[in-house]
Amino acid sequence: MVILAGVAIFLIVQAAPAIAANWQTNASLTTGPTANQASFWTYVAPLIWGTVFVSAIALVMGAPVAIGIALFISHYAPRRIAGVLGYLIDLLAAVPSIVFGLWGIFVIRPFLLPLTVWLNHNLGWIPIFGGQASATGSTLFAGAVVLAVMMLPIITSISREIFLQTPRLHEEAAFALGATKWEMIRLAVFPYARSGIVSALLLGLGRALGETMAIALIVSPSLKFWVQLLTDGQNSQTVAANIALNFPIADTLQRQALIGTGLMLFVILIAVNLIARTIVARTGPGARNKRAQRKARQLPPTDPGVIATADAAAGPVGATTVATAEGVE
Amino acid sequence: MTASIASRKSKSPRGPIVNTLTSGQLPRFVELYTLAAALLVGAGILALVGFNVVGWLVVSAIVYLVVLGVMSSLVENRRKATDRVVRGLVSTAFLLAIIPLVSTLATVIARGIGVINWTFISTSTSNVFDPKTLAVVQTEGALQSIVGTLIITGMAAAMSIPIGILTAIYLVEYSLAGNWMSRTVTTLVDVMTGIPSIVAGLFAFSLFSLLFGPKAFSGFSASVALAVLMIPIVVRSSEEMLKLVSMELREASYALGVSKFLTIWKVVLPTAIAGLVTGVMLAIARVIGETAPIFMAASFTNNFNSNPFSGPMQTLPVMAYTGYKFPTTNIQGSLDSAWGAALLLIILVVILNLIARIVARAFAPKGLR
Repeated sequence: MVILAGVAIFLIVQAAPAIAANWQTNASLTTGPTANQASFWTYVAPLIWGTVFVSAIALVMGAPVAIGIALFISHYAPRRIAGVLGYLIDLLAAVPSIVFGLWGIFVIRPFLLPLTVWLNHNLGWIPIFGGQASATGSTLFAGAVVLAVMMLPIITSISREIFLQTPRLHEEAAFALGATKWEMIRLAVFPYARSGIVSALLLGLGRALGETMAIALIVSPSLKFWVQLLTDGQNSQTVAANIALNFPIADTLQRQALIGTGLMLFVILIAVNLIARTIVARTGPGARNKRAQRKARQLPPTDPGVIATADAAAGPVGATTVATAEGVE
Repeated sequence: MTASIASRKSKSPRGPIVNTLTSGQLPRFVELYTLAAALLVGAGILALVGFNVVGWLVVSAIVYLVVLGVMSSLVENRRKATDRVVRGLVSTAFLLAIIPLVSTLATVIARGIGVINWTFISTSTSNVFDPKTLAVVQTEGALQSIVGTLIITGMAAAMSIPIGILTAIYLVEYSLAGNWMSRTVTTLVDVMTGIPSIVAGLFAFSLFSLLFGPKAFSGFSASVALAVLMIPIVVRSSEEMLKLVSMELREASYALGVSKFLTIWKVVLPTAIAGLVTGVMLAIARVIGETAPIFMAASFTNNFNSNPFSGPMQTLPVMAYTGYKFPTTNIQGSLDSAWGAALLLIILVVILNLIARIVARAFAPKGLR
């Protein structure tokens, strides 16, 4: 497990000369992809902004849909179809990103073009829809849509697993109180799965942040802070796509500058992942913290096996009733 | 009691007797009826402004949700109305998401299927000079990419599977829970899961250019990058699988006086083998489609190169990328080969997934699950 530390130290060592160099006078840094930047930080800041911005938009679009699919598969679809659908979604999580990138170029770009024009025409007064509408469709909006589609399978498969783990007795108790299906989901499923959903979202966000090829193929970028979604040539670039596009043409010091931007991305992703893990560890269904254990001790046991053993210990009468109840199930 | 029945009998009922069990409810298949009506209305509205399929579906969905909500809240109550609307919303979300996913597959298959034939698979891209017409004819082939993909992924697997599984065995079998070492390793694995693929590519490239001088593109450095991505996936999945092996099996083995190593070798690993293989297969399927790290570490080429230690190496995902981004003089040909490569890649991934499923089923220990 030296590898991780190795990666981090290595990147820092490689990036250090570019971060430390004087960006206004150094001959190598004033030409090519790194031209006209005051320092490393002014170079990397718009990239980070672009990365976070496009991922956030993708998350806003993708998250409700993904949770909807997970709910559909776990609680609404007929059992037999649900298995097939779950497998299909898992398979789509394995579809390579380059395929989504190509698909985004040839299908999503032309498809979104009318919508782009319409949004720009009617909602142009909102800053993110403002500016000169794109004629080619190589917009941040298209990139975000593709990212959202790529996030769907991940978020869906994780949150579906967690929805399925909801204790059956909780659900049946909610139904027994006369709840409708939606009320049951709100009362029993969501509280149980909340931390799982949050971590699924953060993992999906992690994939979107590190995503390279789809953005590199679709978006036509520039190194500025932009909020407009619908223009081309005025889109914020993302870190990963910037590396992929400029790496082949960069010389040594420029390359080190790109490695420096990669380091920043690495730091962001580690932060996101650690937050996700912490949330799961603290509030997850299998949490081992003291508060949850104390709570669990106060509540009657929910696991049928536990009830059966407890009743068997109490007396033969209780045990038989539980056995018949299980037989009915 | 009798009095009330008598008084009710005395009044003759006006109209049909209301069944209290079904009153205040919409009829049984109302959702289907509403859906059909909404589709019709949507088609009507769209016919006025100009018809397209997407707009039709969107308008119909909105009409459906609104009408169902209003009807249900008039006839039934607000709770049931919410329930029905949410059911509609969830189903809509599902359909909405299925469209792009299916469309992706359909596009790739439709554009790639015409490209793939035996020559495409069995030859590499090359320029053939025809002395009679003085023209250079380019033939598109994917052999160099297929071989490159298999070599690079195979080497990455060969590096990461032993490391990954041994780490998992250490975590589950040898380390004590709460031990500082196991905690560090777990945290590091968690963090490694989040390494963006492009950073892994940067790492491999700069490592190798440091060791072997500039422009050190090689298949091996790409497989190092892939191994960095693959190890955490393998560790996590095998850890989960080893944890599933029940403690009784281990204790039975210890009770017979078997040593720790033999217990792991003869009892734990065979029990978990199905899960381990599945996890490994899924990890391979995950990294086989990585473009960015291979693109940086192994660069790209159209020449056939089966030596992973020198020279650029082509892989299927990179071929799909370069075919679009850096086309040769024959633009349409490059594009076609990009789609062909994408389809081949998907086929490979699906095959790996299927193998994982079959292996999981074949190796599953009898009577345990």
